[in-house]
Amino acid sequence: MSNHVDQVLNPERDRALLGRVMRRQVRLSLGVASVFLGIVLLLPVFNLYYPELAAQKIGGFTLTWLILGVLFYPITWGLSAIFIRKSNALEDAIERDEKSGVAH
Amino acid sequence: MIPLLFVILVTVATVLLGIIATKRAQSASDFFVAGRQVSVFMNASAISGEYLSAASFMGVAGLVMRFGYDAMWYPVGYAAGYLFLLLFIAGPLRRFGAYTIPDFAEGRFDSPLFRKIAVSFVMFIGFFYTMPQMKAAGVTMGSIMQWPYWVGIVVVGAVITFNVALGGMKGITFVQAFQYWVKAFAIAVPVFVIMSVYGSYTSTLSKTAANASGFPVLVTDGTYKINGKAKAPTNVVAFQAVEADVTFKSSTVIGKVSPSRKPEAGEDALVLDAIIKAGAIASGTTIHLVPVVVTRDGVPVEKDGKTVLTGVKLEFDEPAELALAKGLPVPNAQKNSKWLAPFGTLTSKHGYPLLYTYSLIIALICGTAGLPHILVRFYTNPDGRSAKKTTFWVMVLIGVFYFFTPIWGAVGREFIPGLYVPNKTDYVVINLPGQVPGIWGDVLKGVTSAGAFAAFMSTFSGLLVSMSGAWAHDIYGRILQPESSPTQRISAFKVAAIVIGVISMVLGLFIETFDIAMLVGWAFAIAAASYFPLLLLGAWWRGLTATGAASGMLVGGLSSLTAIIVFMLSDRKVVTIADPLVKSLCEQPAIWTVPLSLLVMYVVSLVTRASIPKDVDEKMLRLHAPEGLGYSKDYISSDH
Repeated sequence: MSNHVDQVLNPERDRALLGRVMRRQVRLSLGVASVFLGIVLLLPVFNLYYPELAAQKIGGFTLTWLILGVLFYPITWGLSAIFIRKSNALEDAIERDEKSGVAH
Repeated sequence: MIPLLFVILVTVATVLLGIIATKRAQSASDFFVAGRQVSVFMNASAISGEYLSAASFMGVAGLVMRFGYDAMWYPVGYAAGYLFLLLFIAGPLRRFGAYTIPDFAEGRFDSPLFRKIAVSFVMFIGFFYTMPQMKAAGVTMGSIMQWPYWVGIVVVGAVITFNVALGGMKGITFVQAFQYWVKAFAIAVPVFVIMSVYGSYTSTLSKTAANASGFPVLVTDGTYKINGKAKAPTNVVAFQAVEADVTFKSSTVIGKVSPSRKPEAGEDALVLDAIIKAGAIASGTTIHLVPVVVTRDGVPVEKDGKTVLTGVKLEFDEPAELALAKGLPVPNAQKNSKWLAPFGTLTSKHGYPLLYTYSLIIALICGTAGLPHILVRFYTNPDGRSAKKTTFWVMVLIGVFYFFTPIWGAVGREFIPGLYVPNKTDYVVINLPGQVPGIWGDVLKGVTSAGAFAAFMSTFSGLLVSMSGAWAHDIYGRILQPESSPTQRISAFKVAAIVIGVISMVLGLFIETFDIAMLVGWAFAIAAASYFPLLLLGAWWRGLTATGAASGMLVGGLSSLTAIIVFMLSDRKVVTIADPLVKSLCEQPAIWTVPLSLLVMYVVSLVTRASIPKDVDEKMLRLHAPEGLGYSKDYISSDH
């Protein structure tokens, strides 16, 4: 089931292609990761410096319990759905660009 | 009796489903990666089933009951690890087309030696993660049926070893998917019934918040069995600062009496001899406990206009039985306000709550992304795109599951606080349903017991497949007998499954006194500082060399292991760590071991950059170029 197409080895072309592909992928991954890490890493700081706000009551929960125990999960779902959509679109775009020989 | 029926039911279903699924598992690739033809939904259920172990099913609820808000970082970290897998690892790894992590290690660096190192880590982390599953199986059966410790281990071990040896990865995929749904049902449904009887999640939390300076109180008179010194640190009963009568129902020996409240700098040492003395206590003795005034230079300490009081903390050398009366503010529990708010006793114990919290988060996120039995599952997807889709559904499935775990902790704290006394909050998921009156209590206990069993079995089967696979595919097939046929490798897989299954059971028998959460913590800390850096840099940095990656893995993994062992020895008072900062960094080492491992990989790779594989760009394209460009291939596609 190998789908490795016959290719003439061409290190320079490979290297350039790799650079273009990885740059676009890493920008997307880091973008989503930084939003997520922002939330995860700022919450403890928020808890430490704004304890009264964190203990604010919202529908029976404290604000910080609501974030960590309830809202956190839908947030990860949202971020991963966004990532997957963008990542698939990115791969299509890369395939299209590379096959049509567009250089970046 | 009813709980036993449920456990038998889920066990029999596991065996039958395994046999049915096995009928279709024939080729080598069926055995190792389920033929790569598993649908997204099935695979997501199976990964979730495999991932939600004893630690998740029983441990997280117990930790939330014990530590409150702080413990919610555990389920959050377990779920967050998947997002990192998705962002950085799942796609490239699947495109690379290797069967196992050792395949990746060798394929990426052309280094057979590195394969051997990677295989040893699979085995090492695998056994560490297997042991707590075994222990949980043993103690749960003991709790439900009063069977001896070894029975649960033998039942779970034998059933799963049979399934895995019979059908390999394909044989267990369907079973694990089924077990996810058993667990989801068992964590969700009983809790609704319990809430309808005792009060909802939010009303329980509100009640706790409204009584900020209070404690949960015992709901009935009861006798509690406390462990002796052999099972430290569960031999501690720390009374609140209240008057109480304690009757010793058996003779025992108290090793140490100290104040429950940790003294602050400058405060006087308190003399508690007038209340109770360390030493032998005769059966039938009743002791009247009173609050003790904390003093500094002989003057009572005041805080917020109130005199600071403390209760006494007893550490037992011999097992004890204590009779306590209804209405007593329960020993060993945190004050409501501390339990509900961040930075309670879990993260604040060494005085560096922020550091502890961050280190815990790093260990859980990076550890999840580095567990070998989870990673191997990504290869069962037909392509990178379905690998990503699968990860998304796994996050939904485990997120829904984890949403329910703190509810057990919160409701259990109010309605079955007796679990705090013998330090058995781990049992809240098993014991809370029994509080529901009538036959429904037994039925619900049966449901959660079946869920717990599903948890041990599915995680153990995943570990057994990844360890047997590592043996048959990487050690036997690549190192010992490279000329072996696929059929011979399947036989090797079956033999390995049986041998490793038996070893796991034997190991399980020896660890009765170890803490489940602690053993799982070891596995995570080691994986976080070894596999995660390897995968992250291996997939994203072309300059990584085999020497660099191997040294980083060894340094990271071994320093985590050392730190944790040192902490454990200090916990058991074999060594003394004076500095609380060092103690915190030993208990939760990920915050320094993960960066250390990455740094060692970077520096050593720079030094050895002459050994970067010549075709590194082609390898990197295999990891990153979209499949349509034709750079990806199955690393071992010629095998079958």
